[in-house]
Amino acid sequence: MVDHIVRSYDKDLDTLERRIAEMGGIAEKMVIEAMDALSQADVALANQVVASDARLDALQREIEEQAILTIARRQPMAIDLREIVGAIRVAGDLERVGDLAKNISKRSLKIGLEARVPRAIVGLRHMNDVATELMKDVLDAYAQRDVERARAVWERDAELDALEDSVFRDLLTHMMEDPRNISFCTHLLFCSKNVERIGDHATNIAETVFYLVTGETLPAERPKGRQDYDITAPGIVNS
Amino acid sequence: MNEAVSPNPVQSPLHEPAGGAVAEKIAVRGLNFFYGQTRALKDVTLSLRTGKVTSFIGPSGCGKSTLLRVLNRMYDLYPGQHAEGEVLLDGENILAPGLDLNLLRARVGMVFQKPTPFPMSIYDNIAFGIRLYEKVAKSELDGRVESALRRSALWTEVKDKLNASGLSLSGGQQQRLCIARTVAISPEVILFDEPCSALDPIATAKIEELIDELTDDYTIAIVTHSMQQAARVSQFTAFMYLGEMIEFDETNKVFTSPRDKRTQDYITGRFG
Repeated sequence: MVDHIVRSYDKDLDTLERRIAEMGGIAEKMVIEAMDALSQADVALANQVVASDARLDALQREIEEQAILTIARRQPMAIDLREIVGAIRVAGDLERVGDLAKNISKRSLKIGLEARVPRAIVGLRHMNDVATELMKDVLDAYAQRDVERARAVWERDAELDALEDSVFRDLLTHMMEDPRNISFCTHLLFCSKNVERIGDHATNIAETVFYLVTGETLPAERPKGRQDYDITAPGIVNS
Repeated sequence: MNEAVSPNPVQSPLHEPAGGAVAEKIAVRGLNFFYGQTRALKDVTLSLRTGKVTSFIGPSGCGKSTLLRVLNRMYDLYPGQHAEGEVLLDGENILAPGLDLNLLRARVGMVFQKPTPFPMSIYDNIAFGIRLYEKVAKSELDGRVESALRRSALWTEVKDKLNASGLSLSGGQQQRLCIARTVAISPEVILFDEPCSALDPIATAKIEELIDELTDDYTIAIVTHSMQQAARVSQFTAFMYLGEMIEFDETNKVFTSPRDKRTQDYITGRFG
């Protein structure tokens, strides 16, 4: 992209992009560490995740302020306008991702030593690996303005939805096996919802990247995984 | 103001925007323009939609003012300048020889960059043009002057000093007087050549409000160096560069996601 005649304009946009990159790095790390803390019952790490969220919130506020200031000062048009609106949106999504990771860590602090059936976490870990990959891919797509990569993330979110479905069934089975598992598994259920939402935010960012680069929006309907939960546990037949 | 937009715009290679449902008031086809040997417009093709505002943007010397001057044959006043191609006003080629230029200019009015009131009273500034084209009784003339001043949002400011000189008004008021003068003879098309470049922001806002008011009843073309102004007042935008029509599309499209890289570079301040 050719530089602006007014060079400080380029500097404004660069600053925005750098802060988004910083937010992306923090959010990605939080998602990974929240799950590590949960599966290893690592209290110190969980506390660290909770603490990182403050920086993410501060960065989002800075990005919003900077974006509004740039709009007021430069009256951006076309690609510049889409860049700035994109930065506001992506910052919002990343801030939410941070909140969700923080929430997982808060739950792992609550679970503490009550952790039971460690195999219940296996499915959740797998979900989190996919979510982390989506986050990483979409942040790369954003940094490189790579539409195809963004579209791939957008399509892959269905995978995460399907995994959530299977985690749900798995946790339900553990709860039915032994009612003492219920409290622990309920926490994990909420965690799986959080991970699924992290995937949704990755999808939002993918949509933003697509719009930012092309000026067009992706179709409203994206490929979906299974949405309907079978409330009955496997093997139990409704009569 | 959204009826011009069809739900599924289809782009033709000729840079024609969607919204074909709206009738063409002026159709420019393969227009070339020469200042002596210099070719200032190169095969320009576009159309002005009836009752819509079309803005022309582009760097200085790109030919946008030249194009505007062709639309009412203003260039005829200068020797050595000539146009080739077609400019159809309601289907009639206005470049054809033997055309009544006075009649053309009554149908296609023009407002210039610098306010150009005549050195006469406010009243006469407007009555002058009306008298030129029609014979009207004094009482009717009064009515026509008042309605033109009202249309131009100037009436309340000047109604008590209609005999004062037009030159005694402020710059913004003078420009609105010129618009009133143009509106008074009921043209079908109004051409604005950078009408706000000499005005302060408040006077500019008043002119823009006026342009909004005049849309629907008049077909308007405006040349402006302010991209924001083009984005605010027009429904269609044409970007010109070095005498060529680079991109012509709905204003909303041009300023959010233009198709041509040169348009994008220009409107985002990356040109040159």
